[in-house]
Amino acid sequence: MTKEKKTLNLNFGPQHPAAHGVLRLILELDGEVVEHADPHIGLLHRGTEKLIENKTYLQALPYFDRLDYVAPMNQEHAFALAVEKILNIEVPIRAQFIRVMFCEIGRILSHILNITTQALDVGALTPSLWGFEERETLMTFYERVSGSRLHANYFRTGGVHQDLPRGLSDDIAQFCQNFPKVINDLETLLTDNRIFKQRNVDIGIVSKQDALDYSFSGVMLRGSGVAWDLRKSQPYECYDQLDFKIPIGKNGDCYDRYLCRIEEMKESVDIINQCLVKMPSGPIKSLDGKISPPPKKELKESMEALIHHFKLFTEGYRVKKDETYVAVEAPKGEFGVYLISDGSSKPYKCKIRAPGFSHLQAMDYLIKGHMLADVPAVLGSMDVVFGEIDR
Amino acid sequence: MKNLNDLEKKINSELATKVKNTKINHNHIYISIENENLLEVVLFLKNNNQTKFKQLIDITAVDYPENERRFKLVYLFLSHEFNSRIILDFFINENEIVTSLTSVFPSSNWMEREVFDMYGVKFKDHPDLRRILTDYGFKGHPLRKDFPLTGHNEVRYSEDDKKVIYEPVKLEQNYRNFDYESPWEGTEYIKNQTKK
Repeated sequence: MTKEKKTLNLNFGPQHPAAHGVLRLILELDGEVVEHADPHIGLLHRGTEKLIENKTYLQALPYFDRLDYVAPMNQEHAFALAVEKILNIEVPIRAQFIRVMFCEIGRILSHILNITTQALDVGALTPSLWGFEERETLMTFYERVSGSRLHANYFRTGGVHQDLPRGLSDDIAQFCQNFPKVINDLETLLTDNRIFKQRNVDIGIVSKQDALDYSFSGVMLRGSGVAWDLRKSQPYECYDQLDFKIPIGKNGDCYDRYLCRIEEMKESVDIINQCLVKMPSGPIKSLDGKISPPPKKELKESMEALIHHFKLFTEGYRVKKDETYVAVEAPKGEFGVYLISDGSSKPYKCKIRAPGFSHLQAMDYLIKGHMLADVPAVLGSMDVVFGEIDR
Repeated sequence: MKNLNDLEKKINSELATKVKNTKINHNHIYISIENENLLEVVLFLKNNNQTKFKQLIDITAVDYPENERRFKLVYLFLSHEFNSRIILDFFINENEIVTSLTSVFPSSNWMEREVFDMYGVKFKDHPDLRRILTDYGFKGHPLRKDFPLTGHNEVRYSEDDKKVIYEPVKLEQNYRNFDYESPWEGTEYIKNQTKK
């Protein structure tokens, strides 16, 4: 007698705490084994690309904070670099170091969130309590330099909005001294933890070839043993002047990706320290009056400054007709901006390449044959944030 | 980084008639082709030992409503071995069908779905060409230039019906698009006058 195979369809989300946002995942289950997964995304779609086409380059920047909202400045960086590339302008050295420093702070912000919530998904509560305390400290750095904790809007074409306030570098240096101890504390909770390992080792294995075929980038690629980091291989900004290592995984499972992230945080602390030491004094944005607004002091005295100010904040600067693709190594992988300008002060087309989009696409491939309980573990290790996936 | 000029020559000589035009700009190679040669060119770029563009980074389209061939499709590739990027593009008209790359790159699945959703471009041999980012039952293709920025429908919870309802967009104030273009720097005819 043959037994008829019965599968169960399960809706995971759209409101599920382990989905890390609004993901509707339709799972086809045979008993507890997942046979097929179909992610439905777009529940957080805000039409960012359409909106950017209708805004000036200056007004478009804040939209990038709202993509991957756990590491906002890394996204701004990609857009600023793209516009600078077309305009062909130099960024002052000090501004470069400030930007890199804040990008690395963003990387730590993102990795803390990911590691601790991944731990939370597989049953450990304490790491998130410890980790979020550090995130709060980092976000006060964001606040002190830009005025807001999350949606920073700090980078500008040709530099950054304003110089570091007094005392901030000392506090960041202080943080860099304390933070390695916190990473160690997190590691004592997780790295050798029996339950954490049982839930993550050999789960969601990605082979080298598949990682390439599925367009993986960032930790998802390095966890599988591919030595590829845009900061090293295609250095942008001042990364070529800094000394850091790229951690590579071996097995390509959830546990290796966790280990990569831990090591990357240690490297980031190192980079921040180097930035603080190497940062020269000097201007923090391009001195070209046609691109960056004049200082407030000059507005009262100089007619030219007044005109520049008025034009920059009404029409905005114009970008000559051209197209380019610029990618940065965001915490989650390769974040790219494909920009087409048409000579006006608004972008003609701005395609945002979000790393999470290709990662989530591989969900079906990653989870097939795993148990239902592994779904949160795999999702957690992919590091999905729906701000950037849905755009 | 491998010498881009060599790579460009290599591609030109190997693909000869398949390639319409190549150029190097901002450290990337830009290749223009024709729609029907897409699959062949992509297979060459992926498998040839001297190109090895093993990773598809993104697929997107650009809308030029004034052109006869309205959409430009853009494919971004990355080669880890030679550390270089290629940007492949071709123009199609509104009803033309593009070959899907899902058999070559599994990751093109969602990327093509996104292009279909946003621009209405259809792909041949795509296993599952559904909308991806917009709402269930959405009409229109939002990234086309003739789609209004405010959209057509808005959604709210209706206390009377006790459910979420769709209504046509009603704005207290219409979207205002100010034209700040400077007549002194931008307009061509004044520049020509001063030259004389």
